[in-house]
Amino acid sequence: MTDVHDTSDIDAGEDVLEEDAADGRDPENGQDAENGQDQANGEDTASVETERRHLHEVWVSGTEERFPFSAATNEGAQELLPREEDPALAIQAGVAVEDDYVTEPEVSDEERQIINMGPQHPSTHGVLRLQMELEGETIRRVKPIVGYLHTGMEKTAEVLNYAQGSTNVTRMDYLAPFHNELVYSLTVEQLLGIDVPERANAIRVLMTELNRVSSHLLWAATMGMDIGALSMMIYGWREREVCLDFFEKTTGLRMNHNYIRPGGVAADLPDGWEDDVDNLIDVVNEGVSEYEELLNENPIFLDRTMGVGVITPEECKQYGVTGPIARASGLAWDLRKAAPYSGIDQYEFDVPTGLHGDVHDRYLVRIAEIRESLRIVAQVKESMPRGDYRNPDPKVTPPPRKRIDESMEALIHHFKLFTEGIVVPPGTAYQSVEGPRGELGCYLVSKGGARPWRMHWRAPSFAAVQALPAMMTDSLVADVVAALASADPVLGDVDR
Amino acid sequence: MSDQVGTPDAADGLTEESLAEGDAVSEGAMSERALPDSELVAQLVSSFEGITYDIRSYASSDATYTMLYVPVADWVAFATMARDIGFDTFIDLAAVDHFRDAPRFEVALNLLSMDTNERIVASTRVPYDHPVVPTLTGVFAGANFYEREAYDLIGIEFPGHPDLTRILLPDDWEGHPLRKDFAVGAIPVEFKAGSSDL
Repeated sequence: MTDVHDTSDIDAGEDVLEEDAADGRDPENGQDAENGQDQANGEDTASVETERRHLHEVWVSGTEERFPFSAATNEGAQELLPREEDPALAIQAGVAVEDDYVTEPEVSDEERQIINMGPQHPSTHGVLRLQMELEGETIRRVKPIVGYLHTGMEKTAEVLNYAQGSTNVTRMDYLAPFHNELVYSLTVEQLLGIDVPERANAIRVLMTELNRVSSHLLWAATMGMDIGALSMMIYGWREREVCLDFFEKTTGLRMNHNYIRPGGVAADLPDGWEDDVDNLIDVVNEGVSEYEELLNENPIFLDRTMGVGVITPEECKQYGVTGPIARASGLAWDLRKAAPYSGIDQYEFDVPTGLHGDVHDRYLVRIAEIRESLRIVAQVKESMPRGDYRNPDPKVTPPPRKRIDESMEALIHHFKLFTEGIVVPPGTAYQSVEGPRGELGCYLVSKGGARPWRMHWRAPSFAAVQALPAMMTDSLVADVVAALASADPVLGDVDR
Repeated sequence: MSDQVGTPDAADGLTEESLAEGDAVSEGAMSERALPDSELVAQLVSSFEGITYDIRSYASSDATYTMLYVPVADWVAFATMARDIGFDTFIDLAAVDHFRDAPRFEVALNLLSMDTNERIVASTRVPYDHPVVPTLTGVFAGANFYEREAYDLIGIEFPGHPDLTRILLPDDWEGHPLRKDFAVGAIPVEFKAGSSDL
């Protein structure tokens, strides 16, 4: 009966509900706007109205004892629910969704269900599986399950020599191949104790920053698709293609380049690369402006991203989450500033940070990073030093073909490098660079010889996947895809 | 690459015990430069017995990091103290099989202090017949997946870990493939007959 009464009140609107309750306490003197008009029309109408109101007010809370016939039907307290807890009101106001899964404090086991998302779900960007315990629409627990793409690349690295190693590591995070090659080469160079020429450093910075651009462009494309902005996917891919064309022209391949190697880079930049880079900067900047026009004020996009998938700076530190996710949470940490590598400290750029640590701030941070990377690329283009692009050490870099005909030493070095490989002294080294997904590190153990004893890969996506429960717990199941897309995990990097 | 090498024994200075032993005097004489410049690392080194350290510099960079060796008995206390004094960012936990060296297994913890921009790589060693390292999941939540990976691929046990199961390999996998005595192997591929005709 209470339910029926509630509904009638709700139909009359919130204001009437309050006034009804007020009238109930003092029915004789109570006058509302409608009643005032009725009384002006005449006494008959007024008495009918009063009768109707009396019948009506029988059920108003707190008024039962004032009417003689209410005592017979008194079933105890028939209080209206407090308004903020009234599910029907919440439904009417649009803050709750009416379905079978209204969350209650105590949820029985029948209403709790476990759902697997993936490993073949298109929004998991690979083969990630999320085991989610749901209470209605609310996620109570998440367990990321990884390993579906594990190919034992760290074991493979132990049977490849140092020159072959970069062909292996470039396939781990397949969206940031240059960063993988760079951190591997830097670690080997740290153990060897060698430096590379300035031009090699500049080329490395150029290629890795362009790689950050292409990786973030792909992220923008797929995130847009996951959230429902389908056209975003086409636009992101369009600009990324320009980057990949430049990679192909420089290295011969669109992915898995094996371009940055211990001791330098594999080849010099192609003729006319300045024009290509100029064109690329213009095209990508223009494209990014279009994305911002498309998304920045889009109400659906804002609703789906703001306040979703929040992670705090403290959680970032605990879980080892770095890169754009940590920066969106307000941690101004960038290895390019903190431990600059390859002379990246000579270029001017800013580290964008967010405030809220939600999906929307990660979007803003990544878009800003694209522009900052393009700023670095423009500066590299202006100040590209001349000279060799490889370390001249004959124990690391094979001699030019011509020298082999002229020099016995060159022939021996060539033979030793291509049969045995680069010999690295024993030792342990750690090196890290700022990848598009955060700190990309390599922990390399050498026992002497031409092959690594152990190569451990510090994958940024691995830490990000581990932190997914912190982002998703107690949020709605519809926000999982947005949070997952914003974490930008690459499963090749997670599973290795 | 190694700028400084020191031991905490030497860092304690010329104590009476070290003076009593003849060979310790030379170590004591080095005590002036035995503690690292970094206050945080010095605090760690002086707080635990048996820690040795080594300052390294990155390739193509002026930045440095500190490699530390920590006895396994102090592992959790060391990590807790490191976290509390400022190395509060968990970066990495790696396991290494030093086959034919004793103790055989190494676990390396990589921590970062964002405030002071310092990094430590602390490693501990455990023997083959007792590959057990106490878990750090109570100190850093991020150690969870990394310890599972070390258990999965190298076979190091982490007692106290909430969910020490295989993470990358199938649950029914036998052995720990990143051990050096685990063969690289290959899945035999049966090629179709018919090549002799060509």
